[in-house]
Amino acid sequence: MADQALDGATSRPLLSLRNTNMTFGGVKALKNVSFEVLPGEVHCLAGENGSGKSTLIKVITGVYKPEAGAVIDYDGQSYSNMSPVTAQAGGIQVIWQDLALFPEMTVAENIAFQTVIGRWPRLVNYAEMRRVATNALQRLGVTLDVDLALHHFPIAQRQIVAIARALVGEAKLVFMDEPTASLTQSETDYLLDIVRNLSASGVAVVFVSHRLAEVLEISSRVTVLRDGALVGVYPTKGLTQSRITELMTGKTFDYSVLHRDLSKSPVMLEVEGLSRPGEIQDVSLAVRRGETLGITGLLGAGRTELALTLFGMRKPKSGSVVLDGKPVRFGSNRDAIAAGVAYLSEDRLSLGLIQPQAIADNMVIASLDKILSSGFISSDRKRSLVNRWIRDLGVRIGKQDDAISTLSGGNQQRVAIAKWLATDPKLLILDAPTVGVDVGARAGIFDIVSKLADSGLAIILISDEVPEVYFNADRVLHMAQGRIVGEYAPGATTLQAIEEAVYA
Amino acid sequence: MTVLIDRARNALGPELAGPLAAFVAVMVVFGFAAPNFFSRATFGSVAFQLPELGLLTLAMLLPILTGGLNLAITFTANMAGLTLAWVLQSQGGVDAGIGAFVLGSILAIAVGALSGLIMGLVIAYTKAHPILVSLSMMIFLRGLGEFLTRGGDVSGIPGFFAAIGYGSIFGIPVPLLIFIACVLIWQVLLTRMKLGFNTYMIGSNIEATRYSGINTRKVQVLVYTLSGAMCAVAGIIMLARFNSVRVGHGESYLLITVLACFLGGVNPFGGFGRVIPVFVALVVLQLLSSGLNLMGANQHLATAVWGILMITVMILRWLAGRLKFLNTKRG
Repeated sequence: MADQALDGATSRPLLSLRNTNMTFGGVKALKNVSFEVLPGEVHCLAGENGSGKSTLIKVITGVYKPEAGAVIDYDGQSYSNMSPVTAQAGGIQVIWQDLALFPEMTVAENIAFQTVIGRWPRLVNYAEMRRVATNALQRLGVTLDVDLALHHFPIAQRQIVAIARALVGEAKLVFMDEPTASLTQSETDYLLDIVRNLSASGVAVVFVSHRLAEVLEISSRVTVLRDGALVGVYPTKGLTQSRITELMTGKTFDYSVLHRDLSKSPVMLEVEGLSRPGEIQDVSLAVRRGETLGITGLLGAGRTELALTLFGMRKPKSGSVVLDGKPVRFGSNRDAIAAGVAYLSEDRLSLGLIQPQAIADNMVIASLDKILSSGFISSDRKRSLVNRWIRDLGVRIGKQDDAISTLSGGNQQRVAIAKWLATDPKLLILDAPTVGVDVGARAGIFDIVSKLADSGLAIILISDEVPEVYFNADRVLHMAQGRIVGEYAPGATTLQAIEEAVYA
Repeated sequence: MTVLIDRARNALGPELAGPLAAFVAVMVVFGFAAPNFFSRATFGSVAFQLPELGLLTLAMLLPILTGGLNLAITFTANMAGLTLAWVLQSQGGVDAGIGAFVLGSILAIAVGALSGLIMGLVIAYTKAHPILVSLSMMIFLRGLGEFLTRGGDVSGIPGFFAAIGYGSIFGIPVPLLIFIACVLIWQVLLTRMKLGFNTYMIGSNIEATRYSGINTRKVQVLVYTLSGAMCAVAGIIMLARFNSVRVGHGESYLLITVLACFLGGVNPFGGFGRVIPVFVALVVLQLLSSGLNLMGANQHLATAVWGILMITVMILRWLAGRLKFLNTKRG
């Protein structure tokens, strides 16, 4: 990597942007930004949500026209703005997070459909499509059955298909938007290998990712944006995750492990030998009042399944659960909520919150009985309940009746936490509470978690990012294949030791 | 004052703008085109015709809000009407007493609710699509009804019952009073009750609602049961108005109820929509039809004009959305 960066420094940039300004409805989305990519380089574009990353990509690909004065030098040509056609013809390709593939069509069709569009005769040459697709996959060093419909493949392979499609368009510069957001660790490693191959074959890759570990692993240089302005361009060598976070947010964070003495605190939850075939095996654990228990492990380790079993949405085959001294057996999540268990879903978009509906409605949905007055919903009670939680958790909103989808990830998550706190829980299970939340806003979420623990709540914090549980939980459990395979105390173990155990 | 306006807006919703604009347009156009439009006769005919379509639309509204549909509304109404007619017949037909009427009405509503209950259970537990389930129920009820009546009419109702169809209290037709009462019940249900709240939530995202600890099956079952009961009320009114009941009666209302919901700003995919705008939309449709009638237009032409109105509304809505989009973009 380092060698490559050195090589690159002497070669002419493939893409160079200067004086790029962009305004939307009075808001400056890009402020005099410059950006440069070398041929064959893996470059990372880092920044929080709303920092202007997507806008910048859209300017480069010709979706948006920058304000006058911008200069875009690409592949020896100079432009004042790009058009989608010139960008495509010049070999600029974007792989968006949602991939924009056709799940019902075959791999060959997904990769090569562009080659048959608008050609005479207007017939589809399937042999040609298969050949083109196989070639593109070969360049990536991958073999896939090109005749199989795409929905048969896991997400990681679909990602590969999206990359292969970009290669068919003779790509010189590929943007990848959060390519690893829904991949497991081994899938991510696989994808990073592919990106390396791509870069070695002379294609420049611009990587947009929230996962800073990958950024450091794959790229040679990092461009950091904050609030639409360029913070700087840094060689990856010598950068640390916390340094990038500081650059992205402009804040410094205090990383230290928790030291709370909970030995005298009564046990809130005690689980013995909980099993559900194929999902969780013989899980035993205990959480005290005021304690935050971290659970980490790879995707598919059974973390969410354990949480759903504790929340009454899956029935255990064997084992016992004792909550606050009383043995419990839940028929549904309604029983669990009534008994004082709350579960914040890992999937905020489709399970955690009802995105099109109002902020206020999302906040009261789990505790409707509290806003009834003689059997009818009292809008005054609802309003005061919502106002209280907005104030207590520092949620930034416009109007209570705005759709929850208008809020940022961090503010949505605060609303989701408020929704569960409104049910007066004894045990709060937080499943991946920082997914889709900006680095800066994550600290705010964990501040809340810490205060809740101090107020006597028992908390289970689930995350696949080991540092998150390491710095925010009193104890850390490691789950793999449905079992608890390790327990660590962050004060007594190093972060690296746990990471090695988890990612091994 | 602003609190009052806010409250009013909350109760009515932004969906009201479209139907109200259509209402004003219809009043203005017919006010000029048909000089005798603003007469007792016009509003009398609207007042008597509105309730049937209106009650069926209320029955359609709840399932649509959950993201479903109830295609069985007209035949459920027929079945309920038949139930009442048979009870009256068995108690002496035109000579039947009040007791027979009360018993028959209760049974009719029970039959309507039962039809909804079955649909609700199937939809909630098998997760089958509401269109298919209610279509099956519609065909079942139609077949059963035609079998039981042999395709004929069941008629002969006591005079006091016919008065419900044609009578007035303080100058307001009784069917209209019943309809307005039902509108108010639906309004309270949807704005002030847990069931109504959950109906909207389910319409937007049933899984997220279930994860929030709502018994989504119970909500679905109740919604279809209430829908069926409301069909029965429509069936009773229809029997009172026509002095007879025949399977297939009012069949043409089915799709009009769906359109009336959309004209009233109800989201076709569920989750959003309010009762009052739907009520105004119904009044507009009925005024339009009565106004055209007054001008001597053919009844079929009136139906065609309804279609044109709907399409116009869709286009205007798109334009309004577009305008809003451009405005926010311009800032």
